[in-house]
Order: sequence, then C-alpha cells, then structure tokens
Amino acid sequence: MASAALLSLTLADFRSYERARLETGGRSVYLFGANGAGKTNLLEAISLLSPGKGLRGVSLAEVGRRLPGEAVGRAWAVAAEVQSGEDAPVRIGTGVEQGGAARRTVRLEGETVPPGRLADHVRPIWLTPAQDRLFLEAASERRRFFDRLVFAGEPAHAANANGYDKAQRERMRLLVDAAETGAPADAAWLTALEARLAEFGALLAQARARTLLALQAEIDGRGDRPFPLARLGLTGEWERMALEGAPFAEIELKLAQALASARARDGAAGRALTGPHRGDLAIFHVEKDRPAAECSTGEQKALILNLVLAQAARLSRAESAPNPVILLDEVAAHLDLTRRAALADELTALKLQAFLTGTDESLFDHLKGRALGVRVGDAGLTTLEDE
Amino acid sequence: MAASAGPEIERLIALLSKLPGLGPRSGRRAALALLKKRDTLLAPLATAMAEAQAKVRTCGTCGSLDVTDPCAVCADGSRDGRLLCVVEEVGSVWAMERGGSFKGRYHVLGGLLSALDGIGPEALRIGELVGRVADGSVAEVILALPATVDGQTTAHYIADRLAKTNVPVTMLARGVPVGGDLDWLDDGTIAQALRARRPA
Repeated sequence: MASAALLSLTLADFRSYERARLETGGRSVYLFGANGAGKTNLLEAISLLSPGKGLRGVSLAEVGRRLPGEAVGRAWAVAAEVQSGEDAPVRIGTGVEQGGAARRTVRLEGETVPPGRLADHVRPIWLTPAQDRLFLEAASERRRFFDRLVFAGEPAHAANANGYDKAQRERMRLLVDAAETGAPADAAWLTALEARLAEFGALLAQARARTLLALQAEIDGRGDRPFPLARLGLTGEWERMALEGAPFAEIELKLAQALASARARDGAAGRALTGPHRGDLAIFHVEKDRPAAECSTGEQKALILNLVLAQAARLSRAESAPNPVILLDEVAAHLDLTRRAALADELTALKLQAFLTGTDESLFDHLKGRALGVRVGDAGLTTLEDE
Repeated sequence: MAASAGPEIERLIALLSKLPGLGPRSGRRAALALLKKRDTLLAPLATAMAEAQAKVRTCGTCGSLDVTDPCAVCADGSRDGRLLCVVEEVGSVWAMERGGSFKGRYHVLGGLLSALDGIGPEALRIGELVGRVADGSVAEVILALPATVDGQTTAHYIADRLAKTNVPVTMLARGVPVGGDLDWLDDGTIAQALRARRPA
C-alpha cells in the first residue's frame, strides 16, 4: 500500500451527490460510468482536501448540491480517513456550514484548523481535460500550471507570489497615476516598492528554476518508457538567469535595475513589461523534435501526463511531506493501448494512490486486480467486488 | 434589529457596532451587557470616555497618545533620546512598552505607505521624522514596522529619506520567535532567519 492514501471518502450534499461513501482500503481506484454520472465530482471532492479551490477552481459556494429551484448550493461536506505511513489513520474533512457560504471550514480529528493544515496529510495532484489546451492558451495559464507544480514542493512560493503581486499593484498604481496626471511619481517610493519586487521576483525565478531542473532530471532519469520525452524550458529572462545559476543577489539587483529603467514605459502601457510575472513554460517533444504546441492532441496529453507523473515521483521522494495522491480525469481515453498499459505499470511502480475516471470499464483493463473498480451511476457508487 | 428598543438604545447599538472587531450582532450584545450593568459598567465607561475625550491628545513630538503634550515618554528625561524607534501606530508603542526593554523614544507614522489605499508619504508623519533626525540629537533610527509588503516598502522608503542625514538606520530582526520550535515555522520565516543568522 502507498504510504499516504485515502482509506475512505464520504460526501454529503456535494455536487450531484446527496450522500456517498467509498471504501478504498488504501488502493488506487478507477471510476467508470456515463457522462454526467458524477465521476469528476468525486475527484473534485478529493482535490478539496488540499488548500485552495480544487481541480475545477470554482468558488466553494458553488459545489453544494442544488435541487431545481434552489438558488444557492446546500451546506456540503467532504470527509476522509487518511493513512500516512505507519501512523494511525487521521480523519480530515472540509465543507461549508451554511448553504451558499464561500468560506470553508476544515476539520482535523474533530478540531477546526486552518486550511493550510490539510497539506500535512493529503497532497492531491491532478490532470484534467481543462489542461488539454495548456499549450494553446495564454502564457498565464501555463505559468499558473507550473507554479502549482512549484508550490507543491515549495509552499513558500505562494506567499512570495502574493507579495510580488501586491508590490506590483502598488507600483503600477503610482506609475499609472503619474502617467494620467502628468505629475511625476515619488521616485523614492517606487524604489522601495521595486526593492520588494526584486526580492520576491528573484525568489520566484529561483524556485521555478529549481523545480524545472528537478522535473527534467526526473523525466530524463526514467529513460525508456512509452511516454514522449519532454524537454522543459522557462522562457522568462529572470528564470533563464536563475537556470544559468546566477546567484540570488545578482538576479535581485538586475531586476531592480530593469524595473527602475522601465517606469515610464510601464506607466504608459498600464502594465509591467518585465519581471517573473511574464515568464512562460516551454515544453519540447524530443523524439518529434518540435514544440508541444505543434504536436497532436494525443501527444500533448501524453507530454503533460508524463510531466504530472514526474512531479508525483519527485514529490513522493520528499520525506517531509505526505505522498501525493494522483487524480487523472478522463486521461485513459486519450491514450492508446500501449500507453494505457504503461500508465497502469507506472502507477503501480510509483506506489502512489491514484484515482482515474473514464466512461468505459474496458479502459482500465490493465488496472484490474491492481486497483479497485467503481461503477458510478444512478445507484451511486458500486464497487465491482460487491457486484 | 430590535424593533422594540427605543431610539437611545438603537443609537448606542449603532455606535458600538462601528468599533473595530464588532458588527451589528456583537454591538447588540455589548449594548445589552452595558445596560444590564448600568452602575458598575455603563456609568464608569461613560465617565472614562468623557475624560478621554476631554484630556487625551496627540503628542506633537512623537504622535503618540497621552494626556500631556509632549507625552510622558517624550518628556521623560531618563529615556535615551539618541535612540528613535519608528512604529506604524500607537498600538505598536504600547506593545514595545509592554516589553519594557526599549529605553529610547518613539515616532508614530500613523499608517503605512499604500498606493492602493491612497496613503502616500505626505499622509504619514515622515516629514516630521526627517526633521527630528536632522536636528542632530538622534544617533540611531530603529524601524519597527510590520514584516508585510507595505511595512517593508515603508521601511525602505524611510531609510532612503534618512540616508542624507548619515544617521544609522536599523530594522527589527525577523526569524525564529523566542520559545519557537523550528518545526512550527513556515518556510518563509525559516529562510529569513537563515539569511539573518549571526555568530553564536
């Protein structure tokens, strides 16, 4: 059994579920059923056992079950028993106490705790169809995707990103006001803000570079597999400096200088034109010798899947944190037979708990005997063993 | 809202609700508690508020609150006038005084720089600070500002404004709290503590 796994999952008034309970025994699970049966809802429930907005990224008021005619979602709850290593299982849960409430409560062994504490017990990482368009979308989507990979390994990344954004908003307010009124902005004030931006920005660039190198090493180190080999790159100039090994102080200094000389330009443009908030993730398909954006959708899916598996492998090696739980929504359908078999082998080899969804039971033939099959339908959740 | 309560009570509740940390519900609770203890709580509170209204003033030197101007700290000849501690609000002066380990004087800014909130240097008592430091009696300025983006931006700005005076400007250390266990610290604090390490 994986050393961090959900033993059971209970949903109450969550999305399509009035009540549902799934006993996994710590095994991986494949969920199959018709479109709209509620497979993804179950993955979303698991994703909410980590800080943040879950894999659909929605307001927490929206996930409560709603009957026709009801204006707001009901009070909902997701609870799980989690086994970490040799320790006794802990009970964690989250939900809102009033229908429509946007702020959730998190419970750990019956005590209310801050949401951040969830990260001590479950670390879900997911791949959803929404990410299929990753290579075609704006750089901001790829940056967000990559920053989540960074954050999973370095929690301070989120606080640094918030600090950076806050200082940038302050700086832009001063510059835009100056551009509109014609009165020069307070140079000392700008310098003070740019010092914050340079500090946070250098931390962001270095964290991204560290994560990129770790992921690349993970991908390269696992050699001959039926998944496409990805060559990862960060195209932002500050990330590139960090990748080339520039020390923190040098990135910080150069970024501060670049910001200081870009004031007039940024003020006129109404946005900051340099800094790690402009960075982008580039993925290159090595065998096909072309950027991911030019590959077929199936190849793109396999590239991202490979990246997510590399991330899972990387995180599972960090002893300080719980092992990841992998959520793969509608992934199997994109893979050919060879790759489906390889995915099953890989998940087994990683010794991590995974939850997969698909419309057809046959998509998971390779997982039979290695994972628990669950039919999702009008009758709720039916485990195959009980049939 | 309690429809049966008279306008006097309604007004009391409305005013109490405006206090920081209180809302309509807690305002009603507070009003009820006061009215239940009219002699032992309400009357003394009313007297205390009237006295505060009549006597408390802002110190013209440091910006703190006291019944005298200059305030007791600024007037206390036994305190070290060469050390000047810059804080955000009067609450920070009280926190420092509770600790009792600082024997210098204070300068209250009255807020922090925040472009989004429309608070610029002219809205803070930074000009007064520069004036105090420039007269030559201050040997060190200690910035005791919050470890937030606004706090650190303000600290950086003040250090810059004071650079011409050649008076050393220092900042409070950031890192492991006294009695703190490393296990409970967030990554950012540990990184700060590591950067600010000193010879043992």
